[in-house]
Amino acid sequence: MATASTYVGVRPVRWYHTLVNTPFNALVTVILVGLLAAILPAAVEWLFLSARFGGDSPQACAQVTGACWTFIAQKHRVILFGLYPYAEQWRPLLACVVLIGIVVLSCRRRFWRPALAIYWFGALTLVGVLMWGGVLGLSFVETRLWGGLPLTLILATVGVGLAFPLGVLLALGRRSDLPAVRSVCVIYIELIRGVPLISLLFMASVMLPLFLPEGLNINKLLRAQIAIVLFVAAYIAETVRGGLQAIPKGQYEGADSLGLGYWQKTLFIVLPQALRAIVGPLVGIFISVLKDTSLVVVIGVFDLMQATKAALADAQWQGFSTEAYLFIGAIYFVLCFSISRYSQSLERQWRQG
Amino acid sequence: MTFPANRRSSHFARWSWRNARVRAWIYQLAMLLGIGLLVYWLVDNTLVNLAARNISTGFGFLEREAGFAISESPVAYRPADSYARALWVGILNTLKVAALGVVLATLLGSLIGIARLSGNRLLAAVATAYIEVMRNIPLLLQLFFWYALITQSLPSPRLALEPMSGVFLSNRGLTVPWLSGVNGSVFWLALFAVVLYLIVAVCLGRKAKTAYLPGKAWALMGLLFVLAVSFAITITLSPGLHLSVPELKGFNFAGGATLSPEFTALLLGLVLYTAAFVAEVVRSGIQSVGAGQWQAGRALGLRDGQVLLRIILPQALRVIVPPMTSQYLNLTKNSSLAVAIGYPDIVSIANTTLNQTGQAIEGVLIIMAAYLTVSLSISAVMNLYNRRIALKER
Repeated sequence: MATASTYVGVRPVRWYHTLVNTPFNALVTVILVGLLAAILPAAVEWLFLSARFGGDSPQACAQVTGACWTFIAQKHRVILFGLYPYAEQWRPLLACVVLIGIVVLSCRRRFWRPALAIYWFGALTLVGVLMWGGVLGLSFVETRLWGGLPLTLILATVGVGLAFPLGVLLALGRRSDLPAVRSVCVIYIELIRGVPLISLLFMASVMLPLFLPEGLNINKLLRAQIAIVLFVAAYIAETVRGGLQAIPKGQYEGADSLGLGYWQKTLFIVLPQALRAIVGPLVGIFISVLKDTSLVVVIGVFDLMQATKAALADAQWQGFSTEAYLFIGAIYFVLCFSISRYSQSLERQWRQG
Repeated sequence: MTFPANRRSSHFARWSWRNARVRAWIYQLAMLLGIGLLVYWLVDNTLVNLAARNISTGFGFLEREAGFAISESPVAYRPADSYARALWVGILNTLKVAALGVVLATLLGSLIGIARLSGNRLLAAVATAYIEVMRNIPLLLQLFFWYALITQSLPSPRLALEPMSGVFLSNRGLTVPWLSGVNGSVFWLALFAVVLYLIVAVCLGRKAKTAYLPGKAWALMGLLFVLAVSFAITITLSPGLHLSVPELKGFNFAGGATLSPEFTALLLGLVLYTAAFVAEVVRSGIQSVGAGQWQAGRALGLRDGQVLLRIILPQALRVIVPPMTSQYLNLTKNSSLAVAIGYPDIVSIANTTLNQTGQAIEGVLIIMAAYLTVSLSISAVMNLYNRRIALKER
């Protein structure tokens, strides 16, 4: 049976002793070493040793028993940028860097001040200029041609960025003393949290056109974005509510005794403390949203996942789905894992000092 | 917004802007009016648009003939059946994969969570690596990966892998020996009886301080009894019951039961993905119990396994149950990704229905209503359980 000696204060042991210190541990070690010895060499063999890297056609992989990285080498531009004009693909690349940059900045404590909203606005404007173009001598590229990684990052970043103020308002409303406001917020939050994101995406793709007057058409990308914002807002609201509940009553009473009104009290005393306490969970929400953007494939938006499926549908290149999925799996993993580690390390720093 | 008791409010006119109560009412009326106007505008647009496209509203279409086949169904279904019947099949398929998924993910996740805390560094490292990889890759991608692996990389039935005698893995899915000739409706009733019994046992079980499972002798005996009775009823009402072992006939298997590639990929993906989150929930729950409890348990001469099962877990459960509930809900909601790999769950069937009939609004409403019902039921059961194990404070 598992022991807890790693964190329970028993006599410290050298780590390699733990592998064999009890019959059970010895057995587990033998089994695991056996499994790893079976899996790892085979994986390395398939991934690298007998894999094909060069070449420029499917024939290059005809005799190969391992992975065919030729496919990725040939198709990576389609997977990463979709149908975006080939010569202009430095623009979406730069947009990706800007989006990741603003997320990384938002994790740092130094930037948590009202000016952060301005940075976000600036960053999103810059991304818009880069992607659309049409100004500053950049050629105009319509959203129909956007695709791949920048679209995934835009859906997630803009989704969280816009959902954040909405979520804060919902959280405040849910804790309000006004019964009508409170019940509207509770109904909205619970309704959204009770249904899968796919149903909201369907709603955005098939019902939104019916909701709007004739002649007001919203393109598919914006519809997906609206669905994601409405969805994420409910989850952010619950997280913020947790932060609000953690604030001692004395803070409210102190603000009241200074004679502050509701909005002064909320903006200057309560929210800053509440938001500071929930940066970790908010980063967690961002990571979930980044993963969930892949669901837009069901309504045909050209994100990283859909672009990959398009690359796999090429009649010339059949049967390389494992390589393709490993490739974009690695992209998602590197993004999500590094963001979560980064925010954890920042939190550890604050705890220490 | 709190309104400090204002003793001078009587000085204000009763209907003045300076009276906080009046302000509160006006704010709320304004908000409700705004929402009402928005809803009116949306509904009005919708009615105009529907009239322009000649789409009728309402649920009358449910009685019409569906006309499409469904690849797998726990109950009898023919394309000549109604849309309502097709949607019912979809709901049952969702419940089937979600129920199995919840049980398997709980078992696997608990094991991985405990493994992560193991004193054996190698085991802990493997568990940690598993959790990080699974958590940081989108579930949809994992589903595509498993589905491609099953349908493209596994051999045809003729060359099927046979890990155990009678169990076959091929690109047609997983084929296993199964009881043949079971009267379907009786089987489901029996299963329902067992589930109902478990819920009752958990809710009404004798209140002991550390009662965390209906694992006490009487509950176990009761469970065996219910199982035996349902089994007996099933056998007596199903003439021609026998164990059917699959064998290769031509290009496919005859006999046994086959889990389709879609179902297998979906279940595998959901369980492996959710298990990583369950593992984290279990780990943080166990770590929330003070180290003193471990030391006290060891001082009593209990082995680590006994300490964990009898002392730590009962206390950890209080911390575990609420986040575990949200993982169950997530798994259920995530089963909607079935639509992307072609497992006929409620979303995929409702989607087919709305494409055929043009009843988009009703289709989406049916999906939402189905998930809300399931979500609220799971929440209700887990909250009951949570109340049962909560600390009884005087």
